[in-house]
Amino acid sequence: MQLKASAFSLYTVLAGLIIGLPIFVVLLSFYSLDTAVWTHLSETVLSGYIYNSLVLALGVGFGATLLGTGLAWCVVSYDFVGKIWLQRLILLPLAMPAYIIAYTYTGLLDFSGPVQSTLRTWFELGKQDYWFPEVRSLPGAIIMMALVLYPYVYILARTAFAEQAQKFREVSVLAGVSKFQHFLQVALPLARPAIMTGAALAMMEALADFGTVEYFGVSTFTTGIYRTWFGMGDIQAASQLSGLLCMFVFALLVLEKQSRRSAETYSSRQGTGTQALKLSIGKGTTVLFLCSLPLIFGFIVPFIQLAVWALAYTDAGSLGEYPSYALNSAMLAAIGTVVIVLLALMFSYAKRLQATKLNRSVVQFVGLGYAMPGTVIAIGVLIPLGWLDIKLNLFTKHFFDVQPGLVFSGTIVTLIFAYTIRFMSVALHNTEAGIQRIKPSMDEAAITLGDTRLQTLFKVHIPLLSASLLSACLLVFVDILKELPATLVLRPFNFNTLAVKTFELASDERLIDAALPAITIVLVGILPVLLLTRTLNQIEKKHA
Amino acid sequence: MKVMNKTKMLLVASFATFFTATSIAAEVNVYSARKEALIKPILDDFTEQTGIKVNLITGNADALISRIKSEGQFSPADVLVSTDVGRLVRAKQMGITQANDDDIVKSSVPAYLRDEDEHWTALTLRARPIMYAKDRVDPETLSTMQGLTKEEWKGRICIRSSNNIYNQSMISGMIQTQGDAQTLAWAEGLVENFARSPKGGDRDQIKAVVAGECDIAIANTYYLAGMLNSEDADTRKVAEQVAVFWPDQAGAGAHVNISGISIAKHATNTAEAKKLVQFMLSDQAQSWYADTNHEYPVKEGIEWSDTLKEMGEFKAQEVSLTKVGETNAKALMLMDRAGWR
Repeated sequence: MQLKASAFSLYTVLAGLIIGLPIFVVLLSFYSLDTAVWTHLSETVLSGYIYNSLVLALGVGFGATLLGTGLAWCVVSYDFVGKIWLQRLILLPLAMPAYIIAYTYTGLLDFSGPVQSTLRTWFELGKQDYWFPEVRSLPGAIIMMALVLYPYVYILARTAFAEQAQKFREVSVLAGVSKFQHFLQVALPLARPAIMTGAALAMMEALADFGTVEYFGVSTFTTGIYRTWFGMGDIQAASQLSGLLCMFVFALLVLEKQSRRSAETYSSRQGTGTQALKLSIGKGTTVLFLCSLPLIFGFIVPFIQLAVWALAYTDAGSLGEYPSYALNSAMLAAIGTVVIVLLALMFSYAKRLQATKLNRSVVQFVGLGYAMPGTVIAIGVLIPLGWLDIKLNLFTKHFFDVQPGLVFSGTIVTLIFAYTIRFMSVALHNTEAGIQRIKPSMDEAAITLGDTRLQTLFKVHIPLLSASLLSACLLVFVDILKELPATLVLRPFNFNTLAVKTFELASDERLIDAALPAITIVLVGILPVLLLTRTLNQIEKKHA
Repeated sequence: MKVMNKTKMLLVASFATFFTATSIAAEVNVYSARKEALIKPILDDFTEQTGIKVNLITGNADALISRIKSEGQFSPADVLVSTDVGRLVRAKQMGITQANDDDIVKSSVPAYLRDEDEHWTALTLRARPIMYAKDRVDPETLSTMQGLTKEEWKGRICIRSSNNIYNQSMISGMIQTQGDAQTLAWAEGLVENFARSPKGGDRDQIKAVVAGECDIAIANTYYLAGMLNSEDADTRKVAEQVAVFWPDQAGAGAHVNISGISIAKHATNTAEAKKLVQFMLSDQAQSWYADTNHEYPVKEGIEWSDTLKEMGEFKAQEVSLTKVGETNAKALMLMDRAGWR
């Protein structure tokens, strides 16, 4: 038995090393340091990168936590008018890529946009007569990202709140503690590990973002990496900058893991879950209104704006191409999702079987890719695969006098590889959280009954994990759908996706023309998001 | 044993045909930093006229260069299309291009717009002049780029981030004509006069001029031309409030960059690639770029679009484009020091 477990974890370590290759490639760049370049960077721009990245990550983490936790608490503990609809729609901002919401709000809120123009006409104001907050700024970027990333916190916080036993609340009532105090002193601390995980995901996504910060003129690590690589042609210094970013994220993850370890409990599936309190119409409407705000600003407003642009300016002749773009996007997302979620399950299970230091570090390591900008990952993928292709050709040439050409580079294999390292973290967080909630006694029981470890996985864990697995699948699917930089660089010939199409138009400053592909991404993303919502609602019902 | 080998060979061969799109028909593989909308239509014309199939990937120039580099000797790339000279120079330096010694290219493109070893040639020219608000700026007060650092322009100038290649090339060109120290002083003076921290693209700078955030913008002409010819009436109205001023006409001339093309070192379809380069320099392709995207043709005698004609003829900076490409990194570091975001 022990042997099987260690063989399994050996495979896991191997898989982890292969998937981690792109990160190694980036870290390898540290073998030599160009002091001239680094002196220049640290004298001029580096402090700005660090400051802006930190503020952005913390701001997005805070904003997403505030929105996600608040919403989750309201949905779990209160019953109010329209709650069913709210629950159905609340995850929709997930389908909205951050750069698209950024473009949309800029169009809406900048000086010549409809909002400011209307204000000027109403109040008969001139150009210099009033102050209006600038969307394209660091605070603007934080708000945009928090608006589309809060679902990460919401999903995890809601499950955590829903699973908290009703008896805790009853104790609080007996102790004469108000609902709000109960939230602060009992519910929140218990849910903290889940909330931290959601916040960490949102923060990593914010750190890896390029589109929004570039458009808003905020210099972060990501824009710095692009600038150093593209502008200075210094791939090495650019990789080193990404390595630095990686270490920062590593620290963040360690902190997150530690907070989770100290609060690890298996108590979750005992007793009945929290019962929702029915609110009066007046109070209920207020709660509904407040809870709808993130949805309204994170999805409905930008969606309507995109729809208006798309309807007004779409050239009907170009419509015929969209089904094929959508199909390509969906196909990549589907293949990527299967690969990533299976691997994540394998990693989490190996860690459960044998939580050795090595196993744990491998899992942590492969999760790092989530905070790396897509282009950097693309290069990290190209270098080892290009090498492999060349060796393969030399080998076949030598032995069979045949040259198959590029087998990996420029094929879908490369893309899937890149997605795997980029989005492993999203899947891992779900599978790990799920697997941790299963009590070890379950495994022991199955083993005692004569099942092998693998049988236990299929017969015990996977059925219990179905919800976690499904939410991992859907999140990864939507993430791949939105992914741009790696897809752009690595895709095969004559292969377009919705994200690529949107980017090409938007980056050419043809924002309005980009509305149609943008809205198509959102539409394709809505379906998995709605599915995800249904799954979560069902889990909650099971607990209630 | 022999049988084994044969089966293996068959396997490898079928593997090969499965993964690589090798077909007997003539084709050419294009890695393009130009967006699909601004290259696909003309490539389709090429296919129609020559029967040569074109396979296309678009993307960021440096990422495509890295991809060609890491694909190495088996790279399918035949042709690299870039939207600025810096990337072509870099591709040549990285050893992923080859010389294209073609008399048609030489007779169509003036020498200063080609690589000295014929590794790349320009396809179109893109100019970056001053644009001003017609109602607020008297063009008499404008003269040179140097002049923009004067006190009177304080808080009145909009330009995009130094992350952008057009600004990098502009500064790099200035390093050629004015030297490092003077360029740095100019950049510092310009930053001093910025109306706002750089954000958005060239069109955003033009819009900011019209909105009154600034009085002057520095932007590429084809952005303004695109706005002037927009389907959207509001955009046209915005663009009409802005006019072009050609700086340094008595001196070094206005800054121009190029879009260009290069044949990849390990190209397998070299003959087709050469044909494509010739086609891109044909009257048809040159006119297409002039009409569709309002870029200046490199070839003499091609008619400009009406919008370009209205913007007027100008003296362009005639510096070595290779040098402009080579000092790109220096230009960027200089802008870092000047505090140009």
